[in-house]
Amino acid sequence: MSQATRLDPRQFLARKSFIELNARERAQALMDQGTFRELLGPFDRLESPWLPMQGVVPQADDGVIVARGRIGGKDSVILAIEGKFQGGSAGEVSGAKMTATLDLAHEDATRGRPVQVVLLLETGGVRLQEANLGLEAIAEINSSLVALRQHVPVIGVIAGMVGCFGGMSITASLCSYLIMTREARLGLNGPEVIEEMSGIEEFDARDRQLIWGVNGGEQRHATGFADDLVEDDVEAIKKCIIEAFGRGLPSKHRSERVDDYLKRLAAIDVSHQLESGALRKLGWKEESL
Amino acid sequence: MEILTFEYPVSQPVEHRAHVGVVGSGDLEVLLEPSSDQNAHVRVSTSVDGFDNVWKLVLDRFFSRYQGAASIEIHDFGATPGIVTLRLEQAVERSQS
Amino acid sequence: MSFEQTISTRGRTWFEALAGKHAKLVPSVPSVLVADTTLQKDRVRFLAVVPDSGNRFPCARQGQVGLQEGWNLAKQVRDAIQADEKGEKRAIVAIVDVPSQAYGRREELLGIFLAAAAATDAYVSARLAGHPVISLLAGHAISGGYLTHGAQSNRLLAFNDPGVMIHAMAKKAAALVTRRSVEELDKLAEKVIPMSYKVEDYAKLGTLYKLIDGVNVDSPEAKHVEQVRADLLAAIADARSGQRDLSSRLHGARKHRSATLEVRRRLAEQWNAG
Repeated sequence: MSQATRLDPRQFLARKSFIELNARERAQALMDQGTFRELLGPFDRLESPWLPMQGVVPQADDGVIVARGRIGGKDSVILAIEGKFQGGSAGEVSGAKMTATLDLAHEDATRGRPVQVVLLLETGGVRLQEANLGLEAIAEINSSLVALRQHVPVIGVIAGMVGCFGGMSITASLCSYLIMTREARLGLNGPEVIEEMSGIEEFDARDRQLIWGVNGGEQRHATGFADDLVEDDVEAIKKCIIEAFGRGLPSKHRSERVDDYLKRLAAIDVSHQLESGALRKLGWKEESL
Repeated sequence: MEILTFEYPVSQPVEHRAHVGVVGSGDLEVLLEPSSDQNAHVRVSTSVDGFDNVWKLVLDRFFSRYQGAASIEIHDFGATPGIVTLRLEQAVERSQS
Repeated sequence: MSFEQTISTRGRTWFEALAGKHAKLVPSVPSVLVADTTLQKDRVRFLAVVPDSGNRFPCARQGQVGLQEGWNLAKQVRDAIQADEKGEKRAIVAIVDVPSQAYGRREELLGIFLAAAAATDAYVSARLAGHPVISLLAGHAISGGYLTHGAQSNRLLAFNDPGVMIHAMAKKAAALVTRRSVEELDKLAEKVIPMSYKVEDYAKLGTLYKLIDGVNVDSPEAKHVEQVRADLLAAIADARSGQRDLSSRLHGARKHRSATLEVRRRLAEQWNAG
């Protein structure tokens, strides 16, 4: 778990926004110069078989970029989700690209050819136009991720502005290390869905302060759900990824700390609505209480 | 969703294929590849129906300047003519670099 | 609560039918039923998530999978993994009837996504450790609830029954989000199979091990329970003889999931090239 990084004024002026880049550009920016190689790119035309039949225009890569290359000199693969295409939602093909990549990386890892895997998560979860195949895809991604991270760390990055919601928030939480920006958000259910399902008292979806106070990167980092908080800057994010890989496998993944979290839940009074600062006061940022 | 096709006689070869853009709201992606014959072929999938005249105008103007024998595929999600032209020009630039 | 949730008893019905009405429950929370028993000679741990009107979390009182459910499922599965570490791996059977995940502010603040990840992790880890992990889809298996409890099994069994609904989002909610009527969604699902709410359409996607016919799911007779026990035993044996990953879910993919197979084939080709 690292301290939040802040840039000095010169660094701030020189920074290059990661958020402003599209998914392909993000993957290119993170790979070492000249090492980026895209697999199953747009010219392979592996598009959604389901969108055109509903009159929805497909994207030639179905919204997921698979890129091999090197990060900090080490063999790496990046799975970058394009948040601007259908909200980054998981469909049959986009999901299969992710699962297949994790499986091939797993094969390599078990044969002594470890490759670092980075997930750039910009997604609202399942693509409703593909419903059950999107749902199945996420289940398979999660399964392959757990298998892979027995051998090599898997790094998740949520930069914004879509954030990471729905079934893929589970994926994010299965990562060995999770990096977020302040602008990013992480949650299982989006504010609108909570308001719809449980009422405006439960969650006012127009209250931006509430939204970032619950789901925002700073909150998630301060309460132990994300490992690193970084500036929206290409170099800062790349540096953080390299540093995170350098930590090696965590002694216990966040999703394995069952007794610890059961204790935390037992210790908290949930008979009334909670405010965002409550968890910080209880020290939820620490690795174990 | 509408699918529109256009053809233009051209005179230059295309150096290499290029891709630009994202199928996001108000945007489009362009896939540009060498054509198999002496014509340029354009296939447009667009989320907005009823604008075939506008597409024709934009593409006629584009091919009055560009002479590459390109096979162009466009996936459009409601981009303005200005953005369409921009992406086409970006694709051409990348195919020549 | 602004959204009506009908409370289903199928989870408890099938838990009691299969584990035995007087089965000794493993200590847990009221919303997560756990029992260890045997099916013929096979040791089995049954798990079900059920409604609990007294749940600490008001948004998780109607069978939704929330914080307590996620973390307690994780604990119960991990306890089984640890207990069987040096010996024979018992089967783990998830009885699934979950309307969804829990939708609440407390849930989001306290990291329901991590609770879901913990249960997911535990089920996958059990599978990878050699435990047969089986799901019996007896009612609803929706979205985050299903991803947390049921989706990670070696073998999926589902009743061929109108009350069995596997989907990414409850119909009413999906209609709201996509701005279509429920009737329009049904019409669309006739053409777009993965959008269907019918279990016989779900079966076409090829992920199910078995679609169980001829059972009264709400009030099963003794012979129905016997049939399901036999089906579970067959699934357990099949799982023990197979892979520990989810590759068996692709065996039926050719018809309606061929793009998935194409992606896997071509990625493998390109992985080392260049």
